[in-house]
Amino acid sequence: MEIPEEVKKRLTIPFEENFFAGHTACQGCGASLGLRYVLKAYGRKTIVVIPACCSTIIAGPWPYSALNANLFHTAFATTGAVISGIEAGLKALGYKVKGEDGIMVVGWAGDGGTADIGLQALSGFIERGHDAVYIMYDNEAYMNTGIQRSSSTPYGAWTTNTPGGKRHLLEKRHKKKVIDIVIAHRIPYAATASVAYPEDFIRKLKKAQKIPGPSFIQLFAPCPTGWRAPTDKSIEIARLAVQTAYFPLFEYENGKYKINMPNPKKEPKPIEEFLKLQGRFKYMTKEDVEALQKWVLEEWERLKKLAEVFG
Amino acid sequence: MNTLFGKAKEEAKPITPKSVDEYPEAPVSLGITLVNFTGDWRTFMPVIDESKCVKCYICWKYCPEPAIYIKEDGFVAIDYDYCKGCGICANECPTKAITMVREEK
Repeated sequence: MEIPEEVKKRLTIPFEENFFAGHTACQGCGASLGLRYVLKAYGRKTIVVIPACCSTIIAGPWPYSALNANLFHTAFATTGAVISGIEAGLKALGYKVKGEDGIMVVGWAGDGGTADIGLQALSGFIERGHDAVYIMYDNEAYMNTGIQRSSSTPYGAWTTNTPGGKRHLLEKRHKKKVIDIVIAHRIPYAATASVAYPEDFIRKLKKAQKIPGPSFIQLFAPCPTGWRAPTDKSIEIARLAVQTAYFPLFEYENGKYKINMPNPKKEPKPIEEFLKLQGRFKYMTKEDVEALQKWVLEEWERLKKLAEVFG
Repeated sequence: MNTLFGKAKEEAKPITPKSVDEYPEAPVSLGITLVNFTGDWRTFMPVIDESKCVKCYICWKYCPEPAIYIKEDGFVAIDYDYCKGCGICANECPTKAITMVREEK
């Protein structure tokens, strides 16, 4: 469908739509929104590799597909290996991979398929230096199988394995910093992004397209079902996660750190504002909130120092 | 048809193999999900008040379906065949031009 030129000029993200409605994501899903932005940025000349995760379901029941691009379903642990193989195969056949007019090979995996099960395939993919983009959409638990904790689940969160109460504990371990593991490979381009800031996310996707070698983007994608939050609040939660410095947006490019959001010169918002919108945090005691706040500020100070030294 | 997917929506037909011979040899996609009308998941439906709309397209930007489309006059409209009623558009609208109304069927 066509729209007038003056309307097109006012749009802040590309108009082209390559993600079909009628997909089977839950209401207010952050992951489906992220996938929509990825296909907006890269267009139809894309091969998306999806392991076992929510997106397997979102992409549609057989024989239908929600993506107006090529889609490859694979096993849980193999996203990094499959995008390496597809990239090597395309190059052997003489196709141009990555760059302005090349074919984009995109790995789209959840936090369980990246931080826990797919970590060695991800490490191998970065170390071998394939020309592909790996996107981890972080919804902070295994949502597809019924909200089990992953290593990306934050401190104090309720999940079905960490139900809290008198006999059980809430999650008592802090979130694994996958982006730091990725940066330890001295990758050419790594970044964090959030669905609440689509312009920033699409800019990072375009940057990853231009830079040769492997790229990694960690996308914060709220899950109203698993986070026990109202469906209309998912964008608000994602925005507060950035503003409280719980999930700061930054880039790592050729050894240099750059913080995008929140403003490093200002004090971030208190973590309670992010916690109070979500039912999964309602069992936290005062001490738990203080422990999480302390960890968030420590990590934020660490990132600010890194940006100062390697800026 | 004046919707986001226009012709693609009209042409999308459900695929129902009648015998085992009609199945493909490998598990490949044969159609698109536009045949799957997710509108009946909804409890609350978004209603747009065009007198308050300032054409900022924030609702269009954040719709996870996507079920919001831009009309030729620049206003936005909702494809109720697909809208799941999550309410993100109403929550994000800066002028509160979108309200969630309980749907009676």
